[in-house]
Amino acid sequence: MAKRTKRFIVIGGGLAGLAVTMKLCEAKAEVLLVSYQAVKRSHSVCAQGGINAAIDTKGEGDSPEIHFYDTVKGGDFLAHQPPVRDMCFQAPAIIHLMDRLGVPFNRTPEGHLEFRRFGGTLYSRTAFSGATTGQQLLYALDEQVRKHEHDGLVTKMEWHEYLGAVLDADGVCRGAVLHDLRTGAIFSEGGDAVVLATGGPSQVYGKTTGSTVCNGAAAMSAYLQGAKYANGEFIQIHPTAIPGQDKLRLMSESARGEGGRIWVPRQAGDPRDPLTIPEGERYYFLEENHPLFGNLVPRDVASREIHDVVYNQKLGVGGKSMVYLDLTHHTEEYLEDRLGGILDIYQKFTGDDPKKVPMKIFPAVHYSMGGIWTDYEDDGHGLIDHKSPRNQMTSIPGLYAAGEADYQYHGANRLGANSLLSCIYTGLMMGPGLINYSKNLTRHYEDIPTTVFSQARLNWEGRFQAIKKMKGKENPHQLHQELGEVLLAHVMIVRENSKLEKAIIQISDIETRFSDIQCLDTSDWANPEPSFVNQLHLMIHLAKIIAKGALVRNEFRGAHYKPEFDLKQPPKFDPHEFVDYLEQQQYGETDESAFPPDHQAYMKRFEENNKRWLKTTIAQIKNNQPEISYESVNTSLVTPRPRKYD
Amino acid sequence: MMEALIQLKIKRQDSPDSKPYWEEFTLEHKPSANIISCLQDVARNPVNRSNQTVPPVVWESNCLEEVCGSCTMVINGRVRQACTALVDQLQQPIVLEPMSKFPLIRDLQVDRSRMFENLKKVQAWIHIDGTHEIGVGPTIPEKQRDKSYVLSECMTCGCCLEACPQFTLTNNFMGAATFSQVRLFNMHPTGAMEKEERLEAVMGEGGIAHCGNAQVCVEVCPKNIPLTESIAEIGRQTFLQLLKNLFLK
Ligand SMILES: Cc1cc2nc3c(=O)[nH]c(=O)nc-3n(C[C@H](O)[C@H](O)[C@H](O)COP(=O)(O)OP(=O)(O)OC[C@H]3O[C@@H](n4cnc5c(N)ncnc54)[C@H](O)[C@@H]3O)c2cc1C
Ligand code: SF4
Repeated sequence: MAKRTKRFIVIGGGLAGLAVTMKLCEAKAEVLLVSYQAVKRSHSVCAQGGINAAIDTKGEGDSPEIHFYDTVKGGDFLAHQPPVRDMCFQAPAIIHLMDRLGVPFNRTPEGHLEFRRFGGTLYSRTAFSGATTGQQLLYALDEQVRKHEHDGLVTKMEWHEYLGAVLDADGVCRGAVLHDLRTGAIFSEGGDAVVLATGGPSQVYGKTTGSTVCNGAAAMSAYLQGAKYANGEFIQIHPTAIPGQDKLRLMSESARGEGGRIWVPRQAGDPRDPLTIPEGERYYFLEENHPLFGNLVPRDVASREIHDVVYNQKLGVGGKSMVYLDLTHHTEEYLEDRLGGILDIYQKFTGDDPKKVPMKIFPAVHYSMGGIWTDYEDDGHGLIDHKSPRNQMTSIPGLYAAGEADYQYHGANRLGANSLLSCIYTGLMMGPGLINYSKNLTRHYEDIPTTVFSQARLNWEGRFQAIKKMKGKENPHQLHQELGEVLLAHVMIVRENSKLEKAIIQISDIETRFSDIQCLDTSDWANPEPSFVNQLHLMIHLAKIIAKGALVRNEFRGAHYKPEFDLKQPPKFDPHEFVDYLEQQQYGETDESAFPPDHQAYMKRFEENNKRWLKTTIAQIKNNQPEISYESVNTSLVTPRPRKYD
Repeated sequence: MMEALIQLKIKRQDSPDSKPYWEEFTLEHKPSANIISCLQDVARNPVNRSNQTVPPVVWESNCLEEVCGSCTMVINGRVRQACTALVDQLQQPIVLEPMSKFPLIRDLQVDRSRMFENLKKVQAWIHIDGTHEIGVGPTIPEKQRDKSYVLSECMTCGCCLEACPQFTLTNNFMGAATFSQVRLFNMHPTGAMEKEERLEAVMGEGGIAHCGNAQVCVEVCPKNIPLTESIAEIGRQTFLQLLKNLFLK
């Protein structure tokens, strides 16, 4: 008998989707690769700044272990530690692989990989390729996958939309229901497993730094089918974006990595040309408040500081919600070489040349630390067992998630340049486990009654027919904008329970209005409207998860800042005191006088708070609402301690 | 050129084999508006100038910052990305048309899969032994890296092909973007190992010999890729290959 060929369905051709496809093809499996558009146009191309790996080519003494520590600390200790540590230990090999695939990484004078600094670390750990690192990484993987396509292992279904998983009678995922975005046909496909590498959900906020297809719909579809969704309330607000009508374009953290300084005039509403304002009259608030990390404090810290300067101290440039990001102290040649691409974007969209005048920027929604819950299996030594089929599996057997779509690597706040890493890492790492999952199956999709597939298809056909019949008064695009406005107003940098309660009521109003939507186009050919209505429905569910998760989590952790529950770290506190404090407890020799009384009291508060809240948030659908529960976090490798970046 | 209203004139077509028609929209002017935000505004209120409610315009977009290549269309007669087309820098009424060198899907959306097929023909990839850990990549001088980088920024948008007189809807000319990718991969220390196969591919049908040297490709490339340089370089490489073939045969 001929050997059975394994067949997988990968949804999404960003970094994560392409990486896993490449890995599966190497193991001679067939892959059906599905994407809204040509995979080469996936959102990953947007990433500008770089990708982290502790290769230490500058002799700074960096190591994967420090990378691991910086990442879990950056995430306020909310991430499970073994997967993060494994990622950091794999990072150097990933960079070398991408280099071998032809990514034009910037070089040192000797021709080795160049690294720059990024936020949340004191080391030069970020490899980069001009100012379009994501694009370059994506192209390299796209080319490898094109080769496998050429060789017949990959079948691409671009211009196709994933609608949902095909689940058999035991709740095991056996395939996917797909929607041809040109003909409008809906059909099911079988596979040994389905991987959701569908990216982030930032479109739920309307205007963000993300791309138009970052809608989180696939993740929400899994959630409606029973999958757990984790840490939804942890949304990263990037401190530096360019205001715009259609999108808030990112000004990469690499601008600060290359020495960019954030400031406002000390005098409120100062009308002078910024270049004429003397140094002494400029308020470099990040440098003054955080002398050690300066402009490279993590994103959550920087966004909060900008928010404070603009709204509490009322020092925004020209009285508006803007601060300066200044690179004008560098030569034009240097800036062109290191940051050319992103400075071009600024100039193209604002008309100003950032090599000559300081940029005007403001925080914007950027990234979701939360995502579909996924599993892992550690090897008992603080790393991951790469052969385990549990790695990256969602709570639905046979349904996997990778890349920004999963929740596992960034805790309560992601460090810059760690996402490209986690996307490629998850894609590559999960390959062997997927192969083993397929090997271990006693029944394959071919053995499942065909009615399971046809029923799944019929359900979705019915759903789309019903959407096309919606003839109400509400415009779906308008409603989407309003949904985003609710979240922007109430679930942003500073969170208050009264506002979050308001958000929940307003989202529920939008949900009610959703049933009165008009589907703006009912034709069959290349009609994006019914899909959009379906996506909006899914985004409303995500908004509910984010708002409710934020409301019930009564603490301040990472990107989730609730001033009411700020533990108020004493100014001179040193995080190592806490480690000593815990050690003393462990050895039963508590010496109250060893610490200043306010430190002692703070550490007690911190300990109590962690007992209650150092937990993964889990959302599951129940009666159309997210039911929130908590799971413990694996902190077996580094003791969680207070964060400090001064 | 700040005006209170924006006038849009869009060439629409419901399907590949239906007739095209023009439709006009009047929109409120907003600060820093671009063509994308205009089309989004149309979707929020899809009423044309004759006050008829119509289906929203269909177009392709994703990154909105000119790195994905999706939203390429012909704006006031010039092929470019809709995201970087700022309304205040455009003559009104603003005329939007789909690219004409690729099969039309609907309205402003076309099918550019031919470009990706060409990348397969020329093996636009690097052959590796495997993805397993086998150490560092080749040492590359920064100057050479810089040259590759410029070529590697090609986002397969198709502007160069839309503008090229040799590239038509029905022939099989590969066009500047593909030749430039051949140059990119032939330049890489590992990529160069398959140099001959790539050159053979562009020496055949639809290859470099059909380039008419009109030089318009380089003028419209949004990424300022030195396409004429790439064409000249691939011309040179294929010529040498040809000699080699003659000599060896
Ligand atoms: C402006 C910007 C700059 C950034 N810069 C950096 C940086 O410098 N460093 C860093 O580490 N991170 C950065 N990030 C974050 C990083 O880019 C993303 O997290 C990462 O690229 C996500 O990759 P992915 O593979 O998970 O998904 P994506 O690249 O988003 O791809 C998702 C894929 O899924 C497909 N898809 C989604 N839903 C469906 C569906 N229902 N049906 C069919 N197909 C579907 C899409 O078509 C696409 O192919 C940046 C993000 C932004 C917004
Ligand atoms: S070479 Fe330039 S114009 Fe041609 S496809 Fe590439 S980016 Fe577009």
